[in-house]
Amino acid sequence: MNIVQELLFVIALGAGIYLFTGKARQIWRNISLGRDVALNDEPGKRFRNLLLLAFGQKKMFRNPLVAVLHFFVYAGFLIINIEILEIVLDGIFGKHRLFAPVIGSLYGVLIGCFELLAVTVILGCAVFLIRRNILKLKRFVSKDLEGWPRSDANYILITEIVLMLLFLTMNTADQVLQSRGVEHYTVTGSFWVTGQFTFLLSGLSDGTLIAIERACWWLHILGILAFLNYLPYSKHLHIVLAFPNAYFSDLRPKGKMENMPAVQHEVAMMLQPELAANAPADAAMPKFGAKDITDLTWKNLLDAYSCTECGRCTAACPANITGKLLSPRKIMMDTRDRAEEVGLNIKKNGSFQDDGKALLRDYISEEELRACTSCNACVEECPVSINPLHIILQLRRHLVMEESSAPQEWNMMFSNIENNMAPWKFSPDDRDRWATES
Amino acid sequence: MHIRTMADYAASGESPEILFWVGCAGSFDQRAQKITKAFATILDAAGIQFAILGKEESCTGDPARRAGNEFIFQMMAQNNIQLLNAYGIKKIVTACPHCFNTIKNEYPELGGHYEVIHHATYLQQLIDEGKVRMKEGGSFKGKKITYHDSCYLGRANNIYEAPRKVLEALDSELVEMKRCRSKGLCCGAGGAQMFKEEEKGTTRVNFDRGAEAVATGASVIASNCPFCMTMLTDGVKEQGKEDSVQVLDIAEMIARDLAQGN
Repeated sequence: MNIVQELLFVIALGAGIYLFTGKARQIWRNISLGRDVALNDEPGKRFRNLLLLAFGQKKMFRNPLVAVLHFFVYAGFLIINIEILEIVLDGIFGKHRLFAPVIGSLYGVLIGCFELLAVTVILGCAVFLIRRNILKLKRFVSKDLEGWPRSDANYILITEIVLMLLFLTMNTADQVLQSRGVEHYTVTGSFWVTGQFTFLLSGLSDGTLIAIERACWWLHILGILAFLNYLPYSKHLHIVLAFPNAYFSDLRPKGKMENMPAVQHEVAMMLQPELAANAPADAAMPKFGAKDITDLTWKNLLDAYSCTECGRCTAACPANITGKLLSPRKIMMDTRDRAEEVGLNIKKNGSFQDDGKALLRDYISEEELRACTSCNACVEECPVSINPLHIILQLRRHLVMEESSAPQEWNMMFSNIENNMAPWKFSPDDRDRWATES
Repeated sequence: MHIRTMADYAASGESPEILFWVGCAGSFDQRAQKITKAFATILDAAGIQFAILGKEESCTGDPARRAGNEFIFQMMAQNNIQLLNAYGIKKIVTACPHCFNTIKNEYPELGGHYEVIHHATYLQQLIDEGKVRMKEGGSFKGKKITYHDSCYLGRANNIYEAPRKVLEALDSELVEMKRCRSKGLCCGAGGAQMFKEEEKGTTRVNFDRGAEAVATGASVIASNCPFCMTMLTDGVKEQGKEDSVQVLDIAEMIARDLAQGN
């Protein structure tokens, strides 16, 4: 019997990991579709960002109450992994509570801590469900989230609650079985939380209790494996990608826009023709700005996959606050959706076959892009270092430089700068007139 | 006050302590010209040897770049850098956060390396060094003032305290808006929005910000950016408060209350 269980367990574990790696490789491939940028400089600062933003949740604490609840769920997730390690080893070797004899009396303390974490996870998730579905906070009822994204969020929260309840029920049944000296159930003593609830199950027979304990054990670990495979299809992927994304976050001042060396070079030749004589012949005409996800950087795409659709960016966006179409969260969701679409296209056809679509217009409209004030509020707010502004500005470059598509007023501004050296139509000779007036 | 240009200094073989980068708004916009004059007055009173570029100055290229026109940005930037380098300029002060951001953060990659200071930081330094002193019982003493963080000074470059320190020197009462510092709300003009109509929405960004600023009960809204100045002034008008609430640049406020013998 045990051998069968062990075998089934190994098969389930193997299948879970195999499927997850397959999907993870697709995501890795999709992110690699972006253009290359070097983000490996200053590792010291990058590790600092990783520690502060991802491990330390620094940005979350801009809203302390929610941050504490999120921290519960986050810490619960990270630390309960030790418990999962024991479960996995138990499953493979057909043992029960493998770590108990090794750790000794500390084992009860450890499990007690896990149980407290499980309770705080349940508490956090319940409050989050209430905020989303009953209090209907503005950023959670926004139309950005219509359909799948809204259900996705609820599925995750409910699954986490169920997984924690299974863990707690399993421990409760286990303790009753221990107290009866049932074979195989290692005696560990009472656990902090579930130890208080053994009376609920004490009337049941050994057989029923074993059935409950085993069912919870299996559902818990199968649930975790299922959840692992749900992650890559879900906004919840941030629990993995927040870490690399924080490491690779932009270290430059937020006001600095990415330079375009091709244009810089072109203009330098124009201004100093004497340089052009010695310059090597130019390669193919470069692309200006971004029209589709392959024109964006891999960091932009990593950003898109790291986004958990919390909407703090959109809630702080001045354009969105004043009713414009622009929503930085939607920019990130669109980028991810388009990356997934391109990925599927590649999977189906072996290489990308033109589908007549692009990120620009099929996903993100000109009107959205035009509304951005480049104020960096979205960048400032993002807890996992996503930069929607960088994508917006690259798409704007495509509109203006590849399509000459700009509002008439901007075209006037451009020609004023070109002809009068100022965005307004004033004579350059009047530039210092203020100095002579009293 | 006689304002000298870099060309004047070069002709006499001297070099000024700082270059005052006036910027397009500060040069041409009638309201912003007052900020320019106020700042020049302060520099003069503090005995700072400064120059402007005068007719030689051009737009930094900021609005063109943010609208997506990298060509025009590069033309402006490379021309400006050539000029600044030709004059051997080391230190630049400007009253415009957009010029400040572009010259400080974007010109180095194109070969323009200068110490760039926004006037909020520079004013704070002058006050700290005692070069600028305020008269006793100035016109802002005890008055309620609220300060609007410009995005390009605040979030873009993490300068939040210097302008507030400058306001402290006025002995006024600073009341913060709920959205301040890194949570500050944009005035609506950045990213080249200054030069076009807003997209369709339920309201304008500057109306929202104007209402928030007026709601603090402050009689003065302090700003540090000529674009914010325009937008906030409109926002205050929209609230019908233009008679009771003034929008002033921190340089104008300091210039108004300079002590004699500065």
